[in-house]
Amino acid sequence: MAITLRAALLSLLLFGLFVGVWHLATAGSGPAINMDPEYAKLVGAAASQGKSAMPGPSEVAGKIWEHLRDPFYDRGSNDKGLGIQLAFSIARVMIGYLLAVLVAIPIGFLIGMSPLMSRALDPFIQVLKPISPLAWMPLALYTIKDSSLSSIFVIFICSLWPMLINTAFGVAAVRREWLDVARTLEVGVFRRAFTIILPAAAPTILTGMRISIGIAWLVIVAAEMLVGGTGIGYFVWNEWNNLSITNVITAILVIGVIGMVLDQLLARATRLVTFPE
Amino acid sequence: MSGPDKFISIEGISKRFPAPGGGTTIVFEDLWLSMARGEFVCIIGHSGCGKTTVLNILAGLDQPSTGAVIVDNQGIEGPSLDRAVIFQGHALLPWLSVMGNVSYAVASKYRTLSKHAIRAHAQKFIDLVGLNGSERKRPAELSGGMKQRVGIARALSIEPKIMLMDEPFSALDALTRGTLQDEVRRVCLETGQTVFMITHDVDEAIYLAERVVLMTNGPNAVLAEIVENPLPKERQRKDVHRHPLYYGVRNHIIDFLVSRSRNFAAGTNSKDFDRRHVPMVRPGAPEPMEIPSPPRASLRQSRA
Repeated sequence: MAITLRAALLSLLLFGLFVGVWHLATAGSGPAINMDPEYAKLVGAAASQGKSAMPGPSEVAGKIWEHLRDPFYDRGSNDKGLGIQLAFSIARVMIGYLLAVLVAIPIGFLIGMSPLMSRALDPFIQVLKPISPLAWMPLALYTIKDSSLSSIFVIFICSLWPMLINTAFGVAAVRREWLDVARTLEVGVFRRAFTIILPAAAPTILTGMRISIGIAWLVIVAAEMLVGGTGIGYFVWNEWNNLSITNVITAILVIGVIGMVLDQLLARATRLVTFPE
Repeated sequence: MSGPDKFISIEGISKRFPAPGGGTTIVFEDLWLSMARGEFVCIIGHSGCGKTTVLNILAGLDQPSTGAVIVDNQGIEGPSLDRAVIFQGHALLPWLSVMGNVSYAVASKYRTLSKHAIRAHAQKFIDLVGLNGSERKRPAELSGGMKQRVGIARALSIEPKIMLMDEPFSALDALTRGTLQDEVRRVCLETGQTVFMITHDVDEAIYLAERVVLMTNGPNAVLAEIVENPLPKERQRKDVHRHPLYYGVRNHIIDFLVSRSRNFAAGTNSKDFDRRHVPMVRPGAPEPMEIPSPPRASLRQSRA
């Protein structure tokens, strides 16, 4: 308990230190240089007052508060609330990810249970796995002809491999004695798959799912920057074009928080299926 | 002991596999053994002699390279609910509770029973091994002895024709082992189980078995002798070692394990040694004497 408290205090201290340094580094350097007020207005505070173009912590905090107060406004295609953009991104990740679950787990079972299929499919997996998911994007755009579906496809393809490989590994590593128990009880193939292999491999499968959701969340930002339109990745790129660094920093923080939430959800699910031995 | 009722008949089984440097390794060859219904047989031999392979073949988990095993007039073709295995490492499913583990077996055997009936049936066997009150515990929460009790309850719950036990008590402390031996003996006598058990423990074999099969060291292991246990069927742990023949039997088996298991092949004229009729001995004071085994009808024709 004491160590938790001390760690929390230290975290708070580090955060305060970071915010302090940030504040000092971005604060204005002093009085305005004597210049024509018309010109000063034109070049903005950054050039006229020696103020950094980087927003300070108070500006970012203000922006976050602004977004939190009204996350779902929609004022045209380039001005949507952060909540709407996040909803688009999360929806794409969920669709692509769930499609990947539906494909990866059955194929992983097949590979894990059949040494023949394992060897036959291995060269394909070895070649396809290291391909950067974004390299698929042009091909996806060309064949699917829809930017939103293409980013879903990219999420699908990047979530596939960790789940596939972990499922195959988990299924192949089920203890022989548990399978022998099923054999001596004359348990059929399907009942064995669902009552012995699935619970035994579940912790490994869920670990793969947890790795996948992390990768999917990393990739969606890049994919949306490429295809544009909606989503948190597009928001970041759009605000960069608007030179609104405050909004960019806000979006970065939000991306981090959502990524953490997704990871924690899967971590909790993993704990539910993990059994002590 | 081995009357005309050959409930289990191991007929000339062998196990070989290709050796790493070419050639074949023979684990054992031309192995014959029969057991009567309701009999308790222990097999003793050093590690690596192939005892577990024999048990796995009986269970149907492994296939012999040649030969066949006939149980209740039927050749073994694979694992069966008629033959329950108690594994050395208990092999409980760790994600299921005690009740879950036993009912899983019950539901596998009696597939048409209702959920309620399955639980009731499982409960009967959980009570039998003295685990009532622990039904909801996971295997990780149980001691080694309790885990093995669950394994025994699971094996008994499918009401098999044969129980196959692979060193079921070897991982337990001496006190727990003694209690469980008593209970296995009681349960097997009550239910009339036929039991084939592997053990390393000479005292355990003498306490539990009616016949003790001695296996020589591998490779190319043979069944050297079948020791008939002179102790009465009704025996008590507390006075079993006071039986006048107890130490005779014990010394005989230990002598075998210490020296004869190693140089058995050298000590016998292998041409005279009849693997089909393993000599039966009934050791006791003063010296072990051999009794002729009863003549048996040839079963070679029935082999596939």
